Amino acid sequence: MRFRIQRYDPDKDTRPYFQDYDLPMGQSDRMLLDALVRIKSVDDTLSLRRSCREGVCGSDAMNINGKNGLACVTRLADLAEPVVIKPLPGLPVIRDLIVDMTLFFDQYHSVKPYVIDARALPERERLQSPQERVELDGLYECILCACCSTSCPSFWWNPDKFVGPAGLLNAYRFIADSRDQAVNERLDDLEDPYRLFRCHTIMNCVDVCPKGLNPTHAIGKIKELMVRRAV
Amino acid sequence: MALAVRKFDAVIVGAGGSGLRAALELSAAGLRVAVLSKVFPTRSHTVAAQGGVGASLGNMGEDSWHWHMYDTVKGSDWLGDQDAIEHMCRMAPEVVIELEHFGMPFDRNDNGTIYQRPFGGHTQNFGERSVQRSCCAADRTGHAMLHTLYQRNVLAKTQFFVEWMALDLVCDAQGTVLGVTALEMETGEAVLFQGKATLLATGGAGRIFSSSTNAFINTGDGLGMAARAGIPLQDLEFWQFHPTGVAGAGVLITEGVRGEGGILLNKDGERFMERYAPTMKDLASRDVVSRAMATEIKEGRGAGEHADHILLKLDHLGPEVIDKRLPGIREIALKFANVDCAKDPIPVVPTAHYQMGGIPSNFRGEVVVPAGGDPATVVAGLYAAGECGCASIHGANRLGTNSLTDLLVMGRSAGMSMVDFIRAHGAAHPGLPKDAGQASLARVARLDAQAGGEDVSAVRDEIQRTMQAHCGVFRFPDLLRQGVEKIRALGERVARTAVKDKSKVFNTARIEALELDNLYETARATLFSAEARHETRGAHDREDFHARDDVNWLKHSLWYRDGDRLAYKPVNLKPLTVESFEPKARVY
Repeated sequence: MRFRIQRYDPDKDTRPYFQDYDLPMGQSDRMLLDALVRIKSVDDTLSLRRSCREGVCGSDAMNINGKNGLACVTRLADLAEPVVIKPLPGLPVIRDLIVDMTLFFDQYHSVKPYVIDARALPERERLQSPQERVELDGLYECILCACCSTSCPSFWWNPDKFVGPAGLLNAYRFIADSRDQAVNERLDDLEDPYRLFRCHTIMNCVDVCPKGLNPTHAIGKIKELMVRRAV
Repeated sequence: MALAVRKFDAVIVGAGGSGLRAALELSAAGLRVAVLSKVFPTRSHTVAAQGGVGASLGNMGEDSWHWHMYDTVKGSDWLGDQDAIEHMCRMAPEVVIELEHFGMPFDRNDNGTIYQRPFGGHTQNFGERSVQRSCCAADRTGHAMLHTLYQRNVLAKTQFFVEWMALDLVCDAQGTVLGVTALEMETGEAVLFQGKATLLATGGAGRIFSSSTNAFINTGDGLGMAARAGIPLQDLEFWQFHPTGVAGAGVLITEGVRGEGGILLNKDGERFMERYAPTMKDLASRDVVSRAMATEIKEGRGAGEHADHILLKLDHLGPEVIDKRLPGIREIALKFANVDCAKDPIPVVPTAHYQMGGIPSNFRGEVVVPAGGDPATVVAGLYAAGECGCASIHGANRLGTNSLTDLLVMGRSAGMSMVDFIRAHGAAHPGLPKDAGQASLARVARLDAQAGGEDVSAVRDEIQRTMQAHCGVFRFPDLLRQGVEKIRALGERVARTAVKDKSKVFNTARIEALELDNLYETARATLFSAEARHETRGAHDREDFHARDDVNWLKHSLWYRDGDRLAYKPVNLKPLTVESFEPKARVY
């Protein structure tokens, strides 16, 4: 199987280039990450992030045949050759498939991703009904892989000002939490031409999310709440 | 070459559950803490825990921490230290409630309390019947917990050093720990992080086996650092083989599947666990279930074309329960086994999962070593928590859900101990020895200069194959002896690893070579300790010594890197406040 991988090492390269690797497939090669790990055992200069190899840690997000995804849950059998692999688009490349995710995490941090509840805490757990808890499904599962935000043209243009799909999905995760007491402040913070309203419902985020989450839906919910409190 | 020095009150190595929980304690105390992690915190392996965190909240029926304690002692096959076990089980409800207060999205009951599911080895009234003790967020409990803890650290403004790999402990001549050396992956720059207290929270080394549920990052870095500093490693012969790893892929399928009613079948469709554990059946403790599965396969009753796996059936739970309680499992089974578990069983095999041993520590999270006749002298300035520590809560076998409980309780306890130590310590950092950090620089320089050396991935494969073949679920005397020789011989190759990548920027080849040093120490400790322990206890199953031997082996192993020396220390059978649970036969 042929892999065409974007390479770049600022220590020696003036610009990125593609390198082809031909790899005979073995029985244990199911996922793209299996192949990349084997390529690395032949050429140890290939740099990539990886950890859990089961789609839950979010390390090995990359652009695979033009679409963002996690290498560890992308089946080799589903890929057309040559498999063209590039770093996530829109963020600075540090080396090979490794991008600088600072802007992405800054946006995540900016939504205050924690429950805000200044009330006195009970001795036991705060109560939450199953119906209230269900509101968090489809939100709390985000693995911060950045597949969505780095597939979003609005994020490419304004990564420093637009929160991006991952950040907004997480913003709504706390807005939707019955325990959170800061919904108004959260909406105030997002009611801004850039932070929320750069989303033009292109929906690339929904298309690429490896966990099947729907940031566009979460963004719609936030807008709905803004409208509702305005009337 | 001089190393840049950065000073903090505390240095934490590892940003998984225990490191993050400890960091909150230090940040809340207003202390300056540096948390170093090889990966962005939410990528730590805690994220992969599925089934739940054990705590006797009693939300589903009567429960008590004392029953939880009994189950944990029995689960440990009496090798666990009962002071540490009492401490964990007593504190468990408090730290779980606190986690809810932090914002953890636990599943809920109709009355709004936290939902709890049954899990292996957890019982009511000292072993009478199964109890619902596992607090969960569907089958993504570790993910929800790790993200919640990270989020609280964002609020607490904890200072993280992300994608920094710790290299070695820095000690003075008396053995007091003064901090660590670490390498920034993006730049290749090495820095000495000086701290009045240092916590190792680096997780396990499940990657010593070729088939493992563990992430690539689980290379036992804290264990390697401790071993190189002359600190022994404790009880490394005890490795948990989780009953249900996806056959071929190794990916974990939570015990929560059986907690929710899933069952194990052999090729004849027989629910064989009824024969091995008449009371608890599929929810016996993990060592018992894994051994039963391996026995079924060994005796020709494995399923599939090669009779090499067992079937985990859960379709009878119905798609509604599966999608509500086990959605992640359905996803994993589809992706890694091509099976829709709402219709067909998942092929599973026992797979290396958890390291019961680790850096010898106590229930306060302090690292302790034998010195001057005392088997547990505190190493000043050094702490260990989570899977890399060995308090010892899990003894010879860990119960499901107790890993997450351990992270929270021991992370918090270690953090509190560090706060006390730092406050007693005074404002100034002690002076560093002249050669502080030079050993780390020498390791990196050796690697960079090595010509014609050994290929890192080839040596790693050889270590993993050796462990898999010589130190698996069943342990045979000849295989163990050969394994010891093989692993000893591999030392020469580990010392001569070379990397082709010479870049300073994000040189992951170099990181893998440095990780291999740590992986190797853990593998060596495991084989030497296993070969020497002439009994069967918990996860350590000797084919030449079939029974537990409390007369000769009710003791902890301590492996020293220097000369592969083994020493032993007594098990603490004395709890903090309650009566001791005396060793007795272990039947489920």
